[in-house]
Amino acid sequence: MKIQLIKKTDQKSVISLIIPFVSFLLALLFNAILLIIFGIDPLEAYTVMLKGSLGSSYALSETLVKAIPLMLTGLGVSIAFHMHFWNIGAEGQLAMGGIAAAFVALFLQDTIPPNLLLPAMVIFGGIAGAIWGLIPAALKSTLGVNEILTTLMMNYIAILSVEYLYLGPWRDPQGYGFPGTAKFPESAWLPSLTGRIHYGLIFALVGAVILWLILRFTKLGYEIRLIGENPKAARYSGINIGRNIVIVMLFSGGLAGIAGMAEVSGISRRLYTGLTVGYGYTAIIVAWLANLNPWGVLVVSFLMGALLIGGDQLQVAMQTPAAVAEILQGAILFFMLGGSIFNRYKLKILSGQQNTKAEVEHE
Amino acid sequence: MNEAFIISILVITIRAGASLLYASFGAIITERSGIQNLGVEGIMIVSAAVSFAAAFHSGSAWLGVGAAILTGILLGLIHAVLTITLRAEQVVSGLAMTIFGSGLASFMGQRLGPGNTTMVGLQGPSFERIPIPLLVEIPYIGPSLFNQDILIYILYLIIPTLWFYFYKTRQGLELRAVGENPQAVDAMGINVTRLRFIYTIIGAVFMSLAGAHLSLGYLQGWADNITGGRGWIAIALVIFSTWNPLRAVLGAILFGGINAIQFRMQAAGTTLPSSFLNMLPYIATILVLIFITWTEKFRKRLGTPTALGIPFVREEKR
Repeated sequence: MKIQLIKKTDQKSVISLIIPFVSFLLALLFNAILLIIFGIDPLEAYTVMLKGSLGSSYALSETLVKAIPLMLTGLGVSIAFHMHFWNIGAEGQLAMGGIAAAFVALFLQDTIPPNLLLPAMVIFGGIAGAIWGLIPAALKSTLGVNEILTTLMMNYIAILSVEYLYLGPWRDPQGYGFPGTAKFPESAWLPSLTGRIHYGLIFALVGAVILWLILRFTKLGYEIRLIGENPKAARYSGINIGRNIVIVMLFSGGLAGIAGMAEVSGISRRLYTGLTVGYGYTAIIVAWLANLNPWGVLVVSFLMGALLIGGDQLQVAMQTPAAVAEILQGAILFFMLGGSIFNRYKLKILSGQQNTKAEVEHE
Repeated sequence: MNEAFIISILVITIRAGASLLYASFGAIITERSGIQNLGVEGIMIVSAAVSFAAAFHSGSAWLGVGAAILTGILLGLIHAVLTITLRAEQVVSGLAMTIFGSGLASFMGQRLGPGNTTMVGLQGPSFERIPIPLLVEIPYIGPSLFNQDILIYILYLIIPTLWFYFYKTRQGLELRAVGENPQAVDAMGINVTRLRFIYTIIGAVFMSLAGAHLSLGYLQGWADNITGGRGWIAIALVIFSTWNPLRAVLGAILFGGINAIQFRMQAAGTTLPSSFLNMLPYIATILVLIFITWTEKFRKRLGTPTALGIPFVREEKR
């Protein structure tokens, strides 16, 4: 008996929807084994996580609050991944957006009329994120510098810049040593929709619609998809890949920057260490689990938000490290990747007598 | 600039450079076979946690190294199965390894201390510095190169061995060929899949040794996020090295030196804020990447293995 892989010609199939769910279940199982090894009851742990993230209206709202930055960064990352531009820098782009928004809120509050302060923060935040995304994009398209490394290194630089600002020149003089800037004036607070859920959710929904429209109906979207599927063919047909990289990264970084703006303006209302807690990395998982689909990003962000809140609850209730959420995320991605082979190939089991000559793989 | 000061800089350069070099060697070996493993950071940090925990509870630093090697084999195997057998996207598998690894390491860091407590601040067995008689007497070079821990001495032996293996042995030729032209290697009757499996796992073991050296040799302890991007800098070193182990040594010394300067300036109490000092290695990495990509552009190519990142699919003969 012999197993052979045959490349599929049709891309869309039910299996591409099943894989994420099966991966999620397998990751839960895998993580349960890990928890047992460390002497933690997995059923109890999962119950705590489920209740803490989805079990009450308060829990649901906290999950949604976590989901907002994931949606925005996830959308940004997914459009870059569409053309296989590996933007690992959403974390840094988010941080720069937060810095720019904080700058407007803290230092331009007297220059800009109060009703224009929030729009200015969104614009500054978006532009700062876009610039942070533009640098690696420009380096890639002009010189061919590896974008995975540049975007990643720029995360560290951005995070340390945030740290420098709130510990140094922007530190609240009346903060009693609290490491952070002063609280923003009320005109710089992103209004709430309900409870702690803020307008960032609207930004994310609008972002998803725009991305979907771009990918579906515009020449840019067509070129992005073509570059991702077959860069050679794209180049031969006269598509300027470098230009597309720059445009896509302006979008990608801009969305992450707006996520940073929404975090500082809607949640913390100051710049402090809690801005960079890894949303930009979780965004990678979100984008991949969502199959790079904008609507999928919204749904998966919610689930990943639930996972993060569940992890926090685990820490509170069972003194079990919140890192369980991160382990789960990584494990889900592993199983997704393993399962993606069923997306691209059909498995064919051949008995010994059958001639394999006909089963040539189509590359 | 007195002698003691210069020596102290050189000592830290070597110590910081050593774990970078272990990790870059791991990445070079893996990539030479045509497989990209961006999970260096994840493999390093899990190994740093595992090796420290194993050493702490067993009382033997060597058992820590053993545990790190096992970790490397296991994590390398995961990456190999995903990318070689299941032909998954190699970039994403590496990212998954890093996310998974930093979660797992942070989890273990909080659980593997005595009585399920944290490992932060614990002192365990570690590799102490052993001066090599006579050699240590050489001015400057002696106290910096020959007063180090045993994992660094082993690394000194690995450097020429790896070079010899790559360029002077049949197996080394096969390794380089499988990353350049797997079809030709396959036509010679050599099993491409087997070779890639072996080198992906060996590469991961090197990355694990890098982690073990961090927690048992260089930093001697566990801290959350102990790797701090060193795994990624190691990947940048691979590009800097143009996949040549000897040039990787040069890069490791360069980045070790940047670490040492940063460390010394902090100790000397400079007026420069520590956030800026901590940015140094990352800014340097970007600048080095730009420089190397720009200079090598005039040559034909960077020296990237041609088949890097491309799954090998055996074409059946018609």
